[in-house]
Parts: sequence; C-alpha cells; structure tokens
Amino acid sequence: MDARIGIRNTKSILFKSFIIFLAFVVTLPLIIVLLYIIKQGVMQVNWHFLTHVPAPEGEKGGGIANALVGSLLIVGMSSLVAIPVGILAGIYLSENPGTKLSYYSGLCVDILQGVPSIVMGIVVYFWIVKPFGFSAISGSIALAIMMLPIVIRSTEQTLLLLPPSLKEAALSLGVPYHRVILKVIVPCGFAGILSGIILSIARIIGETAPLLFTALGSNYLTTNVRGAMESLPHLIFTYATSPYDDQHDLAWGASFILLMFVLILNIVTKLITRKWKIQL
Amino acid sequence: MKVVKSLQLAVVAIASVCLSQSASAQDNTLLGAGSTFVYPLFSKIFADYDAAKHVKVNYQSIGSGGGILQLTNKTVDFGGSDAPLNDEQDKKIGVPVLHIPMASGAVVVSYNVPGVATGLKLSGKDLADIYLGKITKWNSPLIADANPGVKLPDLGIVVVHRSDGSGTSYIFTDFLTKVNEDWAKKVGKAGAVNWPAGLGGKGNAGVEGLVKQTPGAIGYVELAYAIQNHMPYASVQNKSGKYITPTLETTTLSSNVTLPADSKVSLTNTDNAKGYPITSFTWALIYKEQNYGGRSAERAKQLLELLWYNIHDGQKECAPLNYAPLSKSAVKVAEKILKSATYNGKSIL
Amino acid sequence: MDKNKRLDLSYSQMKWETIFKRLLIVMSAIILLLVVGVFFTLIVESWPSIKSLGVKFLWGKVWDPVNNIYGAYPFLIGTLLTSFTALIISIPFSYAIAIYLGEYNPKGWLSDLLKNTIELIAAVPSIIYGFWALFVLVPEVRKLETAIHVTPYGVGVFTASLVLAVMIIPYAAALGTSLIRMVPSPLKEGAYALGATRFEVIRSVILPYTRSGLFAGILLSLGRALGETMAVTVLIGNTSAIANTFKDIFFGPGNTMASVIANEFAEADHALYLSALIELGLVLFFVTVIINLIGKRIITKYTNN
Repeated sequence: MDARIGIRNTKSILFKSFIIFLAFVVTLPLIIVLLYIIKQGVMQVNWHFLTHVPAPEGEKGGGIANALVGSLLIVGMSSLVAIPVGILAGIYLSENPGTKLSYYSGLCVDILQGVPSIVMGIVVYFWIVKPFGFSAISGSIALAIMMLPIVIRSTEQTLLLLPPSLKEAALSLGVPYHRVILKVIVPCGFAGILSGIILSIARIIGETAPLLFTALGSNYLTTNVRGAMESLPHLIFTYATSPYDDQHDLAWGASFILLMFVLILNIVTKLITRKWKIQL
Repeated sequence: MKVVKSLQLAVVAIASVCLSQSASAQDNTLLGAGSTFVYPLFSKIFADYDAAKHVKVNYQSIGSGGGILQLTNKTVDFGGSDAPLNDEQDKKIGVPVLHIPMASGAVVVSYNVPGVATGLKLSGKDLADIYLGKITKWNSPLIADANPGVKLPDLGIVVVHRSDGSGTSYIFTDFLTKVNEDWAKKVGKAGAVNWPAGLGGKGNAGVEGLVKQTPGAIGYVELAYAIQNHMPYASVQNKSGKYITPTLETTTLSSNVTLPADSKVSLTNTDNAKGYPITSFTWALIYKEQNYGGRSAERAKQLLELLWYNIHDGQKECAPLNYAPLSKSAVKVAEKILKSATYNGKSIL
Repeated sequence: MDKNKRLDLSYSQMKWETIFKRLLIVMSAIILLLVVGVFFTLIVESWPSIKSLGVKFLWGKVWDPVNNIYGAYPFLIGTLLTSFTALIISIPFSYAIAIYLGEYNPKGWLSDLLKNTIELIAAVPSIIYGFWALFVLVPEVRKLETAIHVTPYGVGVFTASLVLAVMIIPYAAALGTSLIRMVPSPLKEGAYALGATRFEVIRSVILPYTRSGLFAGILLSLGRALGETMAVTVLIGNTSAIANTFKDIFFGPGNTMASVIANEFAEADHALYLSALIELGLVLFFVTVIINLIGKRIITKYTNN
C-alpha cells in the first residue's frame, strides 16, 4: 500500500518537474533571438545610422533613416484611420449586444482577426494600388485593417466591464446619450482602450507582408505619403536575403530598432493594464 | 461633440487625400521597378543623377517580371527588364512599349565548392544537366572531364535558382535552351520556369545569398553580384568550344552586335570566339505615348531626360561595375527610340 | 426667450444624439463591408482561374507559369506539412505552459514573468525570426542534415516548421492558461479529497474538463501557422517542384501558399497566373477563417457554460 502511494507521489513529482522544464524551455529560443539581435544590432546604431539613408548597392555606410521615418508615418496614418473607426465600432458592439448588425459585425471582427496578412496585402493592392499607384497610404490602409480587430475587441471588452449603473446614473441626470458615452463611459474605460491601441500598434509595426505590394519601398527619405515608402520590416526583408555584408549590418541594426519599439510598446501596455487592473 | 466633429473631419480629410491622388503621385520622385540584374548599375547612376539634377529616382528591384507587370498596371514610370516583352505581355499592355537598352551584362555561374577557390570550368550542356537534376555530385566525371587537375569533392550539388519572375532567369534559360536539347524540350526559356531541381532565392541578391551560405551550391547571378561578394564563378564554354571567363571585355565582345531598330536582340551563345556566352542587354521599358493615367507633360519629360542621361553620362558607371557599356551604334539606336516617345502625339525630346 | 433657447439646445442635442448613433452604426457596418469587400475582391480577381481550372486546381501537381499550368498541390502540401509539423512540436510546450501557469503556479512574480515572456514570443515580428533563423538556425540544420545524410540545403520545410513552432506556442498557451484557471475548484477539491495526487487531478479532472477549450487553442495556433508569411518565405527555400520521397520533401525546399504569393504576386505577368495566385489567397482566406471561427465558437460555448 505504502509503496503504491510512493509511486503515485513520485509520478506526480516527476510530472511536475517535466511540466516546469517544458514551460521554461520555451523561453530559451526567445532569449537567444533577443540576445543575438541585440548583440548584432546595438553596434550598428549610432547617430549616422539613424539619420542617413542606405548607401548605393555594394557601398559601405549609410543608415536606415528612410525606413524609420517611413515606418512611423505609415503606422501613424494607420492609427489615424483605425483608432476612431475601431473605438466607435467597439462602442456599438458593447452598447447593442442583441442586434443583428452587432452579431454580424462581431463575426466579421473575428474573421478579420484571422485573415492572413499577406491576403490583406493582395486585397489592398487591388483596392488602392492598382487605381492610384504604390503609396504609403495604401500600406497604411492594409495595416489599419489589421489593427481594427484588436482596437474593437479591447474597446468592447473594456466597456462591457464597466458597471451599468455608471451609464444609468448619467442618463438619469438628463445627459444626452452621446455625451454619456463620450464623457463618462469612454473616459472610464480609457486605460483599457489605450492599451488595446498600443498593443495593436505593436502588432502592426513589424508586419511585412501587407507592405510588399503596397508601400513597396524606397531608398530615399521621403514624407510624400502618396508615393512609395520604405519601412523597417520591409528593409529587413530585402537586406536579410541580400548577399552584401553591409546590408546585413543595416538589417541587424534595423531589427534592433524594430525590436526595441515592439518591446517598449508591450511594456507600456503591461504597465497600463497593471495600473488599471485590466484583463485583456 | 468636438471629438465627433474632429473624427468626421479626419475621415473626410483622409478620404479626400486618397481620392485626390492620381497615378504614381505628381512629385519629383520618379518610380521604377523591375530587373534585379541591372540594380547595382541603376542604384549608382540614380545616386549620381540625384546629386547632379536633383531628381530622385526610386528603383525597386522586384524582378523583371514584376517590372513588366507593374508597367502594365501603370503603377510605375518605367520598368526594368532583361527580357523583351513576349507576345502575350505585348497583347495585355495593348499599346506600344519602347525598349531602351541600358547596358549589357553577364550572367555568371557562381559556386560554393570547398576546395575549389577559382577556375571551375563548365560546358553549357553540363550546366543544363546540373539544373535538370541529372548531375547531382560535384565529383561527377562529366564535370571532372572539363576540369583536369582540379580536385572536386564528393559533395552533393545544391542547385539555386530564382523564385521570382526574372530576366536573369530568362537569359540563363535562353542560353540553356540553345545548348541542351533536353532542356529545350522539358523546361524551355522564360522569366519563371518550372525548375526541375533546387532551391529558390528572391532576386539576384537572394540567389547569391543562398549560394554564399550553402556549401556545394551553384547559382546564376549578374556578374556584379558575384564580384562584389567575392564569390568564385565558372568559365563557361562558348559556341567555339573555348572556356571563357566572364569579364568586362568578354561581355563587351559578345554584345558587339548590330542592334535592330527596336533593339530587341538575344546575345546568348554568341558567335564571337572570345565572347562570354551568357550575356544580355537590359532594357528600360516605357510607354511610347506618355500621356496616360493623368501624367503631366513635365513628368514625362523628366522620365525621358533621365533615360537620356542613362545612355550617355550614365554609361561611365558601367565599367567599374562590370557591365558592358553600349557601343556607339547602340547608343544611336537608343537615342532614336527615346526620340520616338510622345506626349499627346508630339515628340518630347 | 429663455425657454426657446433651452428648447433649441435640446433640439440640437437630439440632433447630435441621432448623428452619434448613426455614426456608431456606420462604423460597425464598415467592418461588415470590409469583410464582404475582401471576400468579393478575392472571388472576382480569382474568377478567371476558378472558371478555367475548376476544383482540380487544388490537386494539380504542377505549377508551371511558363506553360500556363497551375496546380496548388505543392503549396497545399507545403502549407499543411509546415503547419502541422510546427503544431505537433508546439503542443507539448503550450500544454506545459498552460498547466504550469493555470494550475501549478497561477500567481506570483515567477508566473507573471513567464506569462509576459511567452506573450513576448508572439510580439516579436515574424521577419526578425526569419532573419535570425537564416543566419543562426540554418547552419545548424545544415549540420544536422549532413549527419543524417540528406542534401544539406539548410533552408526548407523542416527549418520553417521549427521557427513556426516557436512562433505559435503563445496562442494555444494563453488560451489554455485562462481555461485551466477557470476549472471550478470544487471539482479539483473533490478529487483531492478522494486521495488523488496532483498529477492525477490534472490528468483525470483538469485535462478532460478543458479538453474542448485546449483544442480551440490548438486551432488558433494552427490558424496562425497557416497564414504566417515572412519567416516562412525567408526560410522555406521557395521551390514549387515537389520531391519524390517524404524525406526529401520534409528536409528539402518547398513553398507554402503564403510564401508563393509573397514571391510571385508582384511579378505574375499574365492574367491566369495572377488569378491563380489570388485563388491561393482565397483558399488561404477560407481555411484560416473557418479554423478561427470554429476555435472562437468553441471558446464562447466553453466560457458561457
């Protein structure tokens, strides 16, 4: 009898150690990748690197200013489109849970979340690039569509968590509906909505596939959003597969910068959610 | 309320920016896309041009097939291609397209064989058999026969080809089709073929990247890519039976031909006894009638001036990058083609 | 006078209220239109290929743009092989994380640290994984391939699967964690009261109770793997011909639906070629959407009960 309990206990302990082992082994690849990128990238980054454009093919030096500015512009424009649309749609979904429209829109949000980014790239090519030419705008729109589901869902979830008495109290004071939403409900759920927005930006800033056929790329520093524009992930893709060591160096540096953006955005999200105790 | 208003404003503003945008944006950046074969040359010439004339040219090396497609879709000002338009592409575009020769260059067979630092020799037939997957080891007697005294390792051959539609592939398969019947029958020549064996890399750069990283690899790239990356490349047997090392001179010899008026000519498998056999012109492609998709006359002029610069002052960048510059007669033909471009039916230059 | 002003004010507010409500409706209708638009665009643009190739497109073995022959079989195989290999590698790890964070150690700094680290895995852009793997993982795989006597390409289906496996772990792990935490404690306590060990509780109570939820997590991971583009494009070797033996397919180069679109879309220079590529996109869209919706449905059902 004792022996069997012993065996069962040993089994239990073995299983636990096995689970702990597997769970922590997963962090290894991440740590290896992060350390490697930091090691390769950090040496590249200096003022020259941040303020110059890549040198012509096969020449030394240059930087990634074009990609840096491009990424910020493209992501900025995406946010400009996706944030208002996403928040308003999220408000609708949380305010009208029973309607047909909210059922189908909700379904569509789930669908959008699953659409592979490359498919978004082709679709936007036909919508915008074919009639108007390659442009940063087309890239932004592809990315904005990828942002939407995250913004909508985080808005919806946050607002659903707010106590209904909040809205009822405001409405009973005779405050019109739109002011209740914009002045009471949204500010109360601000942190949750904000963290959703930041998370969605972190998600799209590293997206390459939708930009391949939309923003294309450029060797010049440009702020013309109606023309082709470089972006960090696209620069990494082109230079990663090139045979030039100088271009590899640029790509390592760009990867480092991109990684830093993503890390910082994620940490900020974490801080916000922790401070306001939100579950996303 | 303010929020709602500003949101509406933002939406309206964004929509109007999108809608008011006309084809390829009216600013002073010209947009070109296509051939990766010519990219090192273009990248240098356009950097010079920006410095001299303050006109920026954004050239994206997405492959010749891409250049042709994007020109067809009118999303770029000019396409770069190492293969002239074929009949189907011609039909799809529907209007006349000008082919302006920019330079000629060599497609070299780059390899990564431990122990064979330089001087590998290959016949066209064997090369085709390697790409057909018939010769799979570096120490195969067929390769050894052409390389007496070279110690070839017992190593599998990793064939690397292009994954994208490519003018370099067109030049390479054009040559293989001319020298190997089996290849002509089974695969044929085109920018993108159904490769019987091997790995695909994106662009000349992607192929060279793979060759550089993979022991036992063989791949075909433009000469400049191999030289700049310090990769060895093979001497290839030409029609006269000689093994020719690709250099500026041997490429120039091959491209020393009389150009037809439309400049579409194949240089591979040259008759010149000292010429390198895998050589080709590379072309810039533009619409003959430049008034399309709301382009301004000024933009059309800018484009033509750029190409004029390419075939004159730009030619001095060819030799340092190991492209063969256009011969005097070729420049004459190119000038004539450029002058035939029109805006609203009136000539531009 | 005063009365009128107040009346005016309430009129204008009513007007704004209507505008606001309409705006909300319009915005959520936009989402609906977007999805319909995406679907419609894909159908319209791939119509030439659907019409001329029919369903046999899906199991056509040859992809040969020169002769206008298009078959999706090599890409289907490539996609399924990479995704399922990645999934099989990732399942033990994502389950382990879910069990550890959900049952063994649901609170405390160590648990938080691990949870955040796992979330970071999903946050790193896929192109960075691809770039890293090309320079670090590929040479190692090449050594392995030399040791087991297959052509040492380095890149290929196997390498892509390895990287994909790491990338998709967080999706199943996160869902699994929250589901395991939701297992009612009376159930577990009952089992403990009967003298069950921790392992037995996990095996006989927690896992059966969360089975469908964990399956949904796997579906979400699978959906990610199927659509993943950049890391795979960099690592898979980009060839459309399929090898003869399984070993050669598995360790050799291939192509997935997403990678072939990334490689060839910008240069597909005839109509049928382009629409065949878009049809691949359509298939990919369908498959990922269905997988995601089933996953979401299971989760909703599960959390509602």
